[in-house]
Amino acid sequence: MIETGEVADRPVIRLEDRSIGYGEDRPILSGLNLEIFPGEKIAIIGESGAGKSTLLNHIYNDSQNHAVLIPQLLGLADNLSVFHNVYMGLLDTQPFLSNLRNLVQPARPQVAAVRALLEELELEDKIFQRPTQLSGGQRQRVAIGRALYRGADVLIADEPCSALDERQAERMLSLLVASCKTCIMALHDVAAACRYVDRVIGLKDGKVEFDAPPGDLSDRDLAALYRTVTPA
Amino acid sequence: MMRPPLSRPTLVGLGLLAVALVLIPLSDLEVIATDPWSEVLRFGAGLLAPSFPAGAELTTTLAYTIGIAILGVVVAGCIGFVLSAAFFARSIRVICAVLRSVHELFWALIFLQFFGPSPLTGLLAIAVPYAAIFAKLFAEIAEETASPSAQVIPRSVDWVSRYLYVRLPDLWPHFKIYALYRLECGLRSSAILGFVGLPTLGYHLESAFLEGSYPEVSGLLILFYLLIASVRHWARPATIPLLCLAGLFLLPWNAYPFDMGNVLRFFAEDIVPSPLRDSGLSLSAALLRLWEWLGDLWSLQILPGAVSTIQVTMLALALTGILSLVLFPAISPLLINRSGRFLGNAGLIILRSTPEYLLAFMLLQFWGPSMLPAVVALALHNGAIIGHLVGRHTGQFAMRPDTPRRRLDRYFYEVLPRAYPQLLAYLFYRWEVIMRETAVFGMLGVATLGFYIDNAFSELRLDRAMLLIAVTAALNIGIDYLSRRVRAYARVGVTADTAA
Repeated sequence: MIETGEVADRPVIRLEDRSIGYGEDRPILSGLNLEIFPGEKIAIIGESGAGKSTLLNHIYNDSQNHAVLIPQLLGLADNLSVFHNVYMGLLDTQPFLSNLRNLVQPARPQVAAVRALLEELELEDKIFQRPTQLSGGQRQRVAIGRALYRGADVLIADEPCSALDERQAERMLSLLVASCKTCIMALHDVAAACRYVDRVIGLKDGKVEFDAPPGDLSDRDLAALYRTVTPA
Repeated sequence: MMRPPLSRPTLVGLGLLAVALVLIPLSDLEVIATDPWSEVLRFGAGLLAPSFPAGAELTTTLAYTIGIAILGVVVAGCIGFVLSAAFFARSIRVICAVLRSVHELFWALIFLQFFGPSPLTGLLAIAVPYAAIFAKLFAEIAEETASPSAQVIPRSVDWVSRYLYVRLPDLWPHFKIYALYRLECGLRSSAILGFVGLPTLGYHLESAFLEGSYPEVSGLLILFYLLIASVRHWARPATIPLLCLAGLFLLPWNAYPFDMGNVLRFFAEDIVPSPLRDSGLSLSAALLRLWEWLGDLWSLQILPGAVSTIQVTMLALALTGILSLVLFPAISPLLINRSGRFLGNAGLIILRSTPEYLLAFMLLQFWGPSMLPAVVALALHNGAIIGHLVGRHTGQFAMRPDTPRRRLDRYFYEVLPRAYPQLLAYLFYRWEVIMRETAVFGMLGVATLGFYIDNAFSELRLDRAMLLIAVTAALNIGIDYLSRRVRAYARVGVTADTAA
């Protein structure tokens, strides 16, 4: 079941005939037209190298104030605890001295808030461990935790579930779409993506191949996106 | 449990801080001068109106400073290169550790006994400890550098060709970078040797400073910084042989008569503990006297000297750590904009090019003799070195695009946690360097081991001087060992290339 959400008139993100990449002559993405409205849940799919990360980072830079990012490399501070890595999501809303205090000795209310969130992520027992002691999937959930702790209007996530098993991936996807009003996510599991979003953008060779609700997509549309080798 | 367990590097840092806090009330950190700031102001005014030495004096000073540095470093480099090949042998490692643990100023005091204030004294004072340092660093670089082609050349190739074709091409770039850095150190050492009477920059700096003629001090300092800043331009593979030849021909190697008898007497008589020199005594009586001699020396000089050396070392180490934490953001691209970094770099370059001995000398003139000038001088110099290395290192950190915007948040949550282990490694790597300098500060009047060594030399009690130098060396080797243990416990490390 997908909740469509009310589509307001003003887009949160608008790209008009935009080219993105290294300078004029080597664009990774070219001639891009894209409008994203509040409440939309969008999956971006395509082969590796199609320009998904480039597009997401560009959207993030365009909309910094109300967006939150889960980067592909996660950006965890490995020498700080899981608590600190999640708490970091709200650093800029707290006075500096309180941030310093929480760095040295985490305060009770903050620990409680982070612990509640970590329970949903099934990480509550890891709260004071370092990311280096965690598995790849657990590290990914820490990065998801940081984004959810921030709780911005627009979530931009680059393969947020790539290291998770099927059950965890579905849990996290439903958590993300339920917690964030607008979601823009690069996803590799097309079938799962289609269950949680209301719009799928297919990228190929730096161009938008299709942009449609999942129900309108045929297997041929999807096959065209990936260079499938046809048996002789 | 409401907090993450403290990591080992954090525990080490807090431990160091605790040691320093315990030592502060026990240490003599007073400013003795009645009006310390008026002299600083006069000095500042002098800095703004530099006056430069006249032509002839300038030429001899520069010739001495550069000549001794280049020849000393080149000789040390060649010997160190050969020794590094034998560094697998325990005996060579021990000999190098001992040679390294004695400061070049102490070496100069020893060689002065043989050669007087001849350029040879300066050359050897640099070459002996530097050869041992080169040997260690070359050996470490060789250990860390892999040569993939070693596997593919025929087994029957002789070892010289194997070395020249397979190993040297991979090692040479690292050796070159390190040797150039050592040349910079050699220039600083050579300038400082002026404080024991060789006519290098330090000699003129000391006398100008003691006369209070600050414009002259300013001129000499500017010359010194120009010399250090321009090393990369005048010391090139093509010019170094020429500079060496010039040094060999221009410096007055024969100005001071060399007397072999002096050398023989030094070993046969002067450094033999005085109670053993009286041949009229029976063996048991001589040993008893030796025991009393050692006892007196232990309680009056060795123990108090060693205690205050360790005290200053630990305070300086802690303050160096704190200063590095404050200074590295000044050049970190993650924390400061381009123009800020430019200023930060300029400040750090000045602080780290100024030898700590010179800084300590100046601060002592302003504040009077206590441990404070020594601690501050060591912390400024070493803090600037570590700040530079760590700040540069932070440029390689990959930051996520949504990194905190407020600089202080970014410093404490993103940059410091990543940079701290490296900072700690550099800090403890310099522990032994700081201790070696601390000992030598005794010659400026701080009551560390160097104070007693300097006195022994001026009273011509060479037996006592050599024993005190040996104690200082042993202390240094002990700290080097301890530093390795601490770094291993904290699991922090740096590569040989950047460590020194």
